[in-house]
Amino acid sequence: MELQFGPGVADFREEVRTWLAEHLVGEFAEHRGVGGPTDGEAWEVRLAWDKELSAGGWLGLGWPVEYGGRGLGLLEEIVFEYEYARAGAPFRATGNGLDLLGPMLVAMGSEEQKRRFLPRILAVEELWGQGFSEPGAGSDLAAVRTRAERDGDEWVINGQKVWTTFGMHADWLYVLARTDPDSQRHKGLSMLLVPADQPGVEIRPIRSLARQDEFAEVFFTNARTRADLVVGEVGQGWRTAMGTLGIERGATLLPLQLTFEREMDALLDLARERGALADPMHRRAVLDAWMSVRIMRTTNLRTVAELLQGRTPGAQATTAKLYASTRHQTMGHVAMEIAGASGQIVGDGYALDNRQRSFLLSLAETIYGGASEIQRNIIGEKVLGLPKDPRPA
Amino acid sequence: MDFSFSEEQDELRATLRSFFARYSTENDVRRIAESGEGYDPDVWRRLGGDLGLQGLAVPEELGGSGFGYAELGVVFEEMGRALLCAPYFATVALAAETLLRCGDEQAAKDYLPGICAGGTVATLALTEEGGAWTEAGVQLAASARNGGWTLAGAKTYVPDGHLADLLLVAARTERGVSLFAVDGAARGLERTALPTLDQTRGQARLEFFNTPARLIGEEGGAWPGIERALATAAILLAAEQVGGAAAALDTAVEYAKVREQYGRPIGSYQGIKHLCADLLTELESARSAAYGGLWVLDAHDEAEVRTAAALAKVYCSEMFTQVASGSVQIHGAIGFTWEHPAHLYFKRAKSSEVFLGTPAHHRSLLAAELGI
Repeated sequence: MELQFGPGVADFREEVRTWLAEHLVGEFAEHRGVGGPTDGEAWEVRLAWDKELSAGGWLGLGWPVEYGGRGLGLLEEIVFEYEYARAGAPFRATGNGLDLLGPMLVAMGSEEQKRRFLPRILAVEELWGQGFSEPGAGSDLAAVRTRAERDGDEWVINGQKVWTTFGMHADWLYVLARTDPDSQRHKGLSMLLVPADQPGVEIRPIRSLARQDEFAEVFFTNARTRADLVVGEVGQGWRTAMGTLGIERGATLLPLQLTFEREMDALLDLARERGALADPMHRRAVLDAWMSVRIMRTTNLRTVAELLQGRTPGAQATTAKLYASTRHQTMGHVAMEIAGASGQIVGDGYALDNRQRSFLLSLAETIYGGASEIQRNIIGEKVLGLPKDPRPA
Repeated sequence: MDFSFSEEQDELRATLRSFFARYSTENDVRRIAESGEGYDPDVWRRLGGDLGLQGLAVPEELGGSGFGYAELGVVFEEMGRALLCAPYFATVALAAETLLRCGDEQAAKDYLPGICAGGTVATLALTEEGGAWTEAGVQLAASARNGGWTLAGAKTYVPDGHLADLLLVAARTERGVSLFAVDGAARGLERTALPTLDQTRGQARLEFFNTPARLIGEEGGAWPGIERALATAAILLAAEQVGGAAAALDTAVEYAKVREQYGRPIGSYQGIKHLCADLLTELESARSAAYGGLWVLDAHDEAEVRTAAALAKVYCSEMFTQVASGSVQIHGAIGFTWEHPAHLYFKRAKSSEVFLGTPAHHRSLLAAELGI
């Protein structure tokens, strides 16, 4: 099954295909399908690939031309991501700036912020990290305690952030901080843009259970940033943050889908190689994994098609994350079971093969981006209209 | 194929929903189900005459209106939602599809216009004592006599077989599985309605005593066409299952909003809320399987049809059973009563899971398609 795109984008599609065919070669081609939203595998190659994309003008397709974007529509973005996924290009390393902070600035940033930051994101000159979660504010993000106080024409920031994806690589951080010390919960928060390279900012890697350092914790000790580096209004940071989380990532569903399909192909190969399909239990488990990947694909295509039609995506756009994260974990378990004893041996220095890495990293998928329990609340309350949980006053 | 429904298709859905809200109420469903009559002839006439549903996806030259499977899928989904009691699935998804796939233009011309006009109730008689939806399961004997054919033996679990004016019967000659048309009123045919666990869909046992029959298509060459028709039918059944599950979940969610225990609506407890969320997630995933099948049919993607059909049948079958069971659970004790409609959906779910072959059967078909 393939998405059909109208004749209006035929030339654009051809341009994308031609460019990818000419540039996805050599080292880049050797890293087809490598990486993921929280998988730092082959970081340097992927960063170089992002620069290649930048030089070709393929980043920020939907961003305004005056800030270095191409000013194209959603249709072109989706055509690009579709061809990108088909070609198996490496997972982009700079997703935080491109997919989260950048769109937030486009939507809510000041003119000066847009001119200052957007072109450098597109040039892959500055990488961004997200400062939302805290040790005491995970699913309950409104419990953030990191404070920012005005000192002349600067903010002075104190507190701790955690689970900053690729934080070790960040040049800048976008930080949700409490700017009104007397405020509670969602009120009195502001979205600050903070340079990472200063004495008051310490970024320490968090070693994940995969023994990798993709996440970081960030300590702010009298860190400083300019007073005007607030996105949106001072005190309205919650609205800004929710705007970021709500940015429709229709086009970015496709690369992740491709990753799952590649893993499924690898699982089929493994099962054949090991003769596991003769076992009816293994055969069923492999079939069910295949079905779930195919269903994710159609679900994503439904959402993309609705976005292209200018419709509000249906309930599947909300249930897709819960489904994909849980089914991907199941798939990992099946792969590890079929791999058997040999799958339990790692390389020197806890070096993991693709199967082991994906299996372990998939445990984060039901936690980040809204844990499954939060997803179920959102589905129950926002989609089905069930009454809210009673919350503390 | 664009992975989304058009405005026209949405309008069709809205029209059907209000039609069934009027003509297939819970009272109607219970009345027909318990009477064993199988359908309301007045509503059947409206489906054919007013709405033209029997011929919706049949080409115009054969008396239909030439729409696609996406439209037909919408029809089945809405019928599933309303638990419509009528021989529509047997007539349209099984008989008409088989006639379109049997490679016999004359038979298609002879029978399809009557089906499309709503006058003919038809079905496919395939299964025998073993209940298998397979080529090997076809054992009923057909013999050539005086330039014609007769059938001897029995078919059973035939959907709406006791109601059909036209029976398309799979039988075996020395050349293999062949398809025959038998008049519902033929001499030498005895029909017995079977009492079904799911009273919303009828089944019958058919006994043939040298019953006269007309050969359709090539002798011994019927199986590929039947198999292809069954693939379409599986996708359409999946759409019906999605509709049934959506209704069962809607009812449960509405109940969870108003039923209070410990001074709060039960839907405010995560024990219930998260169950509802999981059921919706399964429903939406199954929707992808069913709709994906419809789009494959409309794209005439023959290489994908069997895969899409097996996927849709397995996934939507298991989902409907899960959702309908969850609906009973959420309703609590009231959901266990005969008076409450939850059991109607639960039983329809289970009968649909087995209908056209169990999930285990369709997993085998899928494995064969994928080469695993």
